[in-house]
Amino acid sequence: MKILNSSVLADISGTRITKIEISSPDIAKKAQAGQFIALMISEKGERIPLTIVEADRAAGSITLICQELGYTSKQLGKMKAGDSLYSLAGPLGHATEIKNYGKVILVGGGVGIAEIYPVAKALKEAGNHVTAIVGARTKELLILEKELKTVSDEFIVATDDGSYGRKGFTTDILDEILQKEKYDLVYSVGPIPMMKRSAAVTSRYGVKTIASLNAIMVDATGMCGCCRVTVGGKTLFSCVDGPEFDAHQVDWDELVKRNRIYEDKEKHICNLDKALKK
Amino acid sequence: MQSGQGAKKVKKEPVKVREQDASGRSSSFDEVVLGYNEEEALSEAARCIQCKNPTCISGCPVNIDIKRFIYHITKKDYKSAYLAIREKNDFPSICGRVCPAEYQCRKACVFTKKGSPYATENAINIHFLERFIGDYGMKNNIAIPVQKNPELSKFKVAIVGSGPAGVCCAGELARRGIKVTVYEALHKPGGVLRYGIPPFRLPRDILDFELNILKKLGVEIVPNYIIGKVKGLEELLSEGFDAVFLGLGAGVPTFLGIKGENLCNIYSANEFLTRVNLMSAYKFPEYHTPVNIGKSIIVIGGGNTAMDAARAALRLQKMQGFKPDTSIVYRRTEVELPARRLEIQHAKEEGVKFRFLVQPEGFTGNDKGFVKKLKCLECKLGEPDSSGRRRPIAIPGSDFEMESDMAVIAIGLLANQVLTRVTPKLKTDKYSDVEVNKETMETSIGNVYAGGDIVGGEGTVIEAMGMAKKAAEAIIKRLLSK
Repeated sequence: MKILNSSVLADISGTRITKIEISSPDIAKKAQAGQFIALMISEKGERIPLTIVEADRAAGSITLICQELGYTSKQLGKMKAGDSLYSLAGPLGHATEIKNYGKVILVGGGVGIAEIYPVAKALKEAGNHVTAIVGARTKELLILEKELKTVSDEFIVATDDGSYGRKGFTTDILDEILQKEKYDLVYSVGPIPMMKRSAAVTSRYGVKTIASLNAIMVDATGMCGCCRVTVGGKTLFSCVDGPEFDAHQVDWDELVKRNRIYEDKEKHICNLDKALKK
Repeated sequence: MQSGQGAKKVKKEPVKVREQDASGRSSSFDEVVLGYNEEEALSEAARCIQCKNPTCISGCPVNIDIKRFIYHITKKDYKSAYLAIREKNDFPSICGRVCPAEYQCRKACVFTKKGSPYATENAINIHFLERFIGDYGMKNNIAIPVQKNPELSKFKVAIVGSGPAGVCCAGELARRGIKVTVYEALHKPGGVLRYGIPPFRLPRDILDFELNILKKLGVEIVPNYIIGKVKGLEELLSEGFDAVFLGLGAGVPTFLGIKGENLCNIYSANEFLTRVNLMSAYKFPEYHTPVNIGKSIIVIGGGNTAMDAARAALRLQKMQGFKPDTSIVYRRTEVELPARRLEIQHAKEEGVKFRFLVQPEGFTGNDKGFVKKLKCLECKLGEPDSSGRRRPIAIPGSDFEMESDMAVIAIGLLANQVLTRVTPKLKTDKYSDVEVNKETMETSIGNVYAGGDIVGGEGTVIEAMGMAKKAAEAIIKRLLSK
């Protein structure tokens, strides 16, 4: 559980994204694309889920990428090489079903780019034609460009402010591409509005679409039901039934609301932390 | 003393156990029941008539020699009392606190009225005596009896899950000299004892002490290790474990399947209690895991978990300066409540309200997706169902609403399936419970045993221990025949 490396991938106008490599030979050995871990930074910490971005079996390590949003992710971002996590368990959730679908598009928004990278890599290795559409608010927040390019046949960037690539949304590009050509699978990870829009676009073209959800979890092993989502009218648990679901079947509005359950508490603990530092 | 007076003496009033005052205790998570002191324990023990053929022992799932340990108490020989319990039970301080004694040993006590559904008040307070002795052993650090068998020291057994079944099996095996490794998915051992039972019923220092005894016996406990994910069952066997015991537990929450159940601030009892107990959300923000607390809280269900959830919720309301307003909603009546009588009484004393004969129909919320109301129907009791309890029947047209800005669903748990889902050779029944040979607790895979709630569904701590002991005996027998 020792942190081997920690580096800042992006740090601009209040958004900080860090990349952390952690020693965990057993998890590294079993981890597959699409899976995640649950970690705690200290005995008093929260359990938070994070996607396994890379698993290096030889080095016995896993790599996580974390955008500093809440209290725990901010603390995690401050941890340095040599520090140890209090708890680390995984690999959790189902792995992505990797096979040769034919032509696939991966849509990644913000820190979601970290999650499409392992899947893109595995799909590429399985012989798929891989198109990656990635989006960020601005150029400096675009992560893993180099890595993703090496596993993509086509690579398209969109930024909200037009500072890099196309100005606009990934979902607009998705729409354009699907108008021109037939694709066999779309895989989308990012902010909920982006995933919801992707699903709306692809359903018009009848393309199978998978989204990896970022529901709030506690134990992350199927014991609490905090991460429950409605998929096709049924209640499922993101942690053990997911984290990937048919994006056309997900009740996105419910997920948005459930992910805000602790907004007030989060503000409280972050403010308290700031006050303590003053 | 004449025999007539002797008979009168045994009819003496049971010794009441000291408790924290109801108003003060419900603002903290400190232990409610304070237990017997020596004088009280002696006085209660003296009520035991030392039956020639004691009935109480058969009421204990691990057959503690109750008569003998109580006899030792009357002689003030507490060490012998401790050892008598420890012969059968490694966790007297835990069991003395959480056993539903009124349905077990105390129900079988000769002083319980024949035909009563649970122990009557006059039954000897066996659990409080057990707790007194367990705590005595803990305070005085009485050495644990070990019966190491050198023939067994070459064997290794893996235990999956560190709940009551797992730790009990671990203790039984380690005491005979077997090398035991316990794998736990969460970051701390104890299973339901830690995530399910609140500290006001089972203080964490007691739990830690009794679990620590395992370490003293040489048991290795590996937390954060999810068998079925990070390692498969077959890998454990091929990596040199001679046998595996599965104490996976029943940790999967069930929901009502009614409208609006996924609104924010509707918790499964497992989520609410895990946040509060395992993650210490009652100490937020010192501990970082939050839990939301409503002004009008409804807990649905009538078991011990519902009582725990309601009592924890009410405490959090008080701690946050709200007027306590927590109600238990149950479809039947008080008589049918499956919870321990003591827990029901404690909940009432602390101010938990009970709404009987009410069937939840659906939740409604505000535009932000937070729950606001519970729609209900009134019920009446019909004929007994398969469980022997009278079936609740909803009365058409009796619809009404209850204020509820937070709700906890405590209607039961199902088997943990993380391991069984990925192990098709492990036979399970229609409830996803693991099937075992009832004599040996061996599963459909050779050298793999199971016990506790993963076999036969939700039971008590001590029932899980009973199964674990049976499995341990079978494991030892198998290893010795190798």
